[in-house]
Amino acid sequence: MSTASSSVTVSDQFPAGLRVLVVDDDPTCLRILEKMLGTCLYEVTKCNRAEIALDMLRTNKNGYDIVISDVHMPDMDGFKLLEQVGLEMDLPVIMMSADDSKQVVMKGVTHGACDYLIKPVRIEALKNIWQHVVRKRKNEWKDLEQSGSVEEGDRQPKPSEEADYSSSANEGNWRTSKRRKDEEEEIEERDDTSTLKKPRVVWSVELHQQFVSAVNQLGIDKAVPKKILELMNVPGLTRENVASHLQKYRLYLRRLSGVSPHQGNSFISSHSQEPPYGSLSSLSGLDFQTLAATGQIPAQSLATLQAAGLARSAAKPGLPMPLVDQRNIFSFDNQKLRFGEGQPQHMSSGKQMNLLHGIPTTMDSKQLVNLHHSAQSLGSLNMQASAHGNPSGQSSPLLMQMAQPQSRGQILTETSGGQVPRLPTSVGHPILSNGAAGAMLAINGIGENSRGTGYNSVSQTSSVLNFPLNHSAELPGNSFPLGSTPGISAGMSTLTTKGGFQEEINSDIKGSGGFMPSYDIFNDLQQHKPHNWELQNVGFAFDASQHSNSLQASVDVTPSVLVNQGYSSSQRNVQNSNVSAMGKPIFSVGEGSEHGIALNVGQHLNSLLVDNSTRVKSERVTDTSCQPTLLPQHFGQEDLMSAILKQQQDGLGPAENDFEFDGYSLDNIPV
Amino acid sequence: MNSNQLQHQVLYMRRSLFDQGYLDSEQLIQLEDLQDDANPNFVEEVVSLFYSDSARLIQNIEQTLSNRPVDFSRLDDILHQFKGSCSSIGAKKVKDACSQFREYCNAGNAEGCSRSFQLIKQEYETLRRRLESYFQMVKQAKAA
Repeated sequence: MSTASSSVTVSDQFPAGLRVLVVDDDPTCLRILEKMLGTCLYEVTKCNRAEIALDMLRTNKNGYDIVISDVHMPDMDGFKLLEQVGLEMDLPVIMMSADDSKQVVMKGVTHGACDYLIKPVRIEALKNIWQHVVRKRKNEWKDLEQSGSVEEGDRQPKPSEEADYSSSANEGNWRTSKRRKDEEEEIEERDDTSTLKKPRVVWSVELHQQFVSAVNQLGIDKAVPKKILELMNVPGLTRENVASHLQKYRLYLRRLSGVSPHQGNSFISSHSQEPPYGSLSSLSGLDFQTLAATGQIPAQSLATLQAAGLARSAAKPGLPMPLVDQRNIFSFDNQKLRFGEGQPQHMSSGKQMNLLHGIPTTMDSKQLVNLHHSAQSLGSLNMQASAHGNPSGQSSPLLMQMAQPQSRGQILTETSGGQVPRLPTSVGHPILSNGAAGAMLAINGIGENSRGTGYNSVSQTSSVLNFPLNHSAELPGNSFPLGSTPGISAGMSTLTTKGGFQEEINSDIKGSGGFMPSYDIFNDLQQHKPHNWELQNVGFAFDASQHSNSLQASVDVTPSVLVNQGYSSSQRNVQNSNVSAMGKPIFSVGEGSEHGIALNVGQHLNSLLVDNSTRVKSERVTDTSCQPTLLPQHFGQEDLMSAILKQQQDGLGPAENDFEFDGYSLDNIPV
Repeated sequence: MNSNQLQHQVLYMRRSLFDQGYLDSEQLIQLEDLQDDANPNFVEEVVSLFYSDSARLIQNIEQTLSNRPVDFSRLDDILHQFKGSCSSIGAKKVKDACSQFREYCNAGNAEGCSRSFQLIKQEYETLRRRLESYFQMVKQAKAA
């Protein structure tokens, strides 16, 4: 793949050390592949069963760069695994088979495989698989950028570029699994054609809402990117942006309903659970769907979210939970925010991904899903976040994370690279509002036990973070309107609502851990430090201001949970003050704050920060607290922190989030 | 035999395996390339793995063929796996026999399947013997 755009800077050693997971029930083949990949200097993990592979991927979201899987396996169809991985973890997947018939190869392409190898596999074919990893990241970047261009204006979408190259199933990988190297790569990749760091299109809540309504208008079956684009009528948005978003959305829906994508829509309607937190409604069914679609969110969560969203949704039109990669979502927000700033934010998102390293960007959908506060341990959390109407729209990813019970802490761990989200089942602390939430969500998701839910990709949280913030306001029960704290409010709102909301959320989340994605964190914190997250302990002093909530995280909050802790009150205050502070606390991730989440949190925070700058903070804070185990240590907390901080600085400004959550502008967040 | 002779013998056996279509030269070379100090007998190791794993497959085929009615789709499944395995070590003749089996399978021809299966087993065993001798010769040549 040509790093067309500029340089994808990767470490000198790359591709050596590329972490490959190879799945094949044939021991002979597996052994040979293992040896071959080892010869290519990759770090190989072999697995002979798809279920085990999924488990491994879920528990160690950030642990792999690429997956190679056989098509024909006794316990699970290889294509199904392909889909799952794409949805949950958004990693590039290469299919292999002795069967070289056109139909099968085509199936691989349509299911999103980034390549298809015919057995017997030659070592030459394996030598270049790293290109898929890079390409994915690059594309993700581009996606973000492009989406971002909507706001940005100066971004020139280069969809065509991306779409064309490389792997066959490239498009399928809406979520480039940028991990590790993503950060640099993404940043660098961005061609200098457009701004230095073209943020990807951030599918803010609003934007997503528009998208969803356009899709609904056309009918999910008839919705084609071109028409959607027309209906949406968003300047700067390209057909490619919409296409990739649609793809994710479809998957999300499919996942939600557990059936083909066509059913996605029904999902929303079918679930009419009342989300515990009113704000979820903001997610509006659409989001839920999205979330659900992303697959990460357990259907239940999604349902919950939806319900919540639907029920309450009034608040937010439904965060545009783009099905986009969760990562995108996050990044999106961040990007957006950053854009104003000028990229630093972008980094955050991108960074986040990197930071989170491995935090599967799956957060996008997942995050949304996460919002689903339903019982899903994490799922709910994530959902919640999204429900809250990710202000940044990204939240969905976070939300998703949150909801991902699977991620159980993975989310955070993801970032840390494996830190298994310790998040106590508590469901993922509500991820700090959007920004923070994103991170938090991720965390939450982890805590929630989102096992495997894609949310592990904490990275995505970034986007999510943004989202939750806004949502919190939505939470009906809570007195705290998400909107109140404009940027952070999203996250914060959750928190704030915590007062009233918490109850709700908590209750709902309880399932997941009581963690409403991002929001919950706060709520939980407030309430009762539900779930394990120790929100309170988060350590970060999150001063998130104002609220007296325990969060007080003066941002120093121990990384992860920052958000929840003192969030609620902090909304306003937090936002501002926290924003900066947030950067820190959240990222504590590195600090090892409580939970590995820290990393994620940071990430999210960044995103959050970016979004609302203020909002984020609050959210983040909570997250940190929530995530007991989240702290992804491994990824360089410092990095996160810096990223976050950076964002803060950059994003601190006006709630940059381009996506103004519905009604939540920082300024007018009705508290 | 002296070392030289042993070497010659090894080469001769190798050549035969290729020429007679038992083994795919390209695949064997690929596997040999993977041998290193850490895994000096990698090829042999893989071949052993193949034989132990495929024994299970053979048993499955046996069983499925004896059931009535014959479950052709299951047979096809097993054969697909078997074929994949064969190609990993380059077992050409066995693989071709599998292809033939599959054709009968697709046609729903149980009788044809049975016959093909006999051929598969035959080739499978022949190859095993040939490879065993070959590896033995290789070891001897190395030792010499």
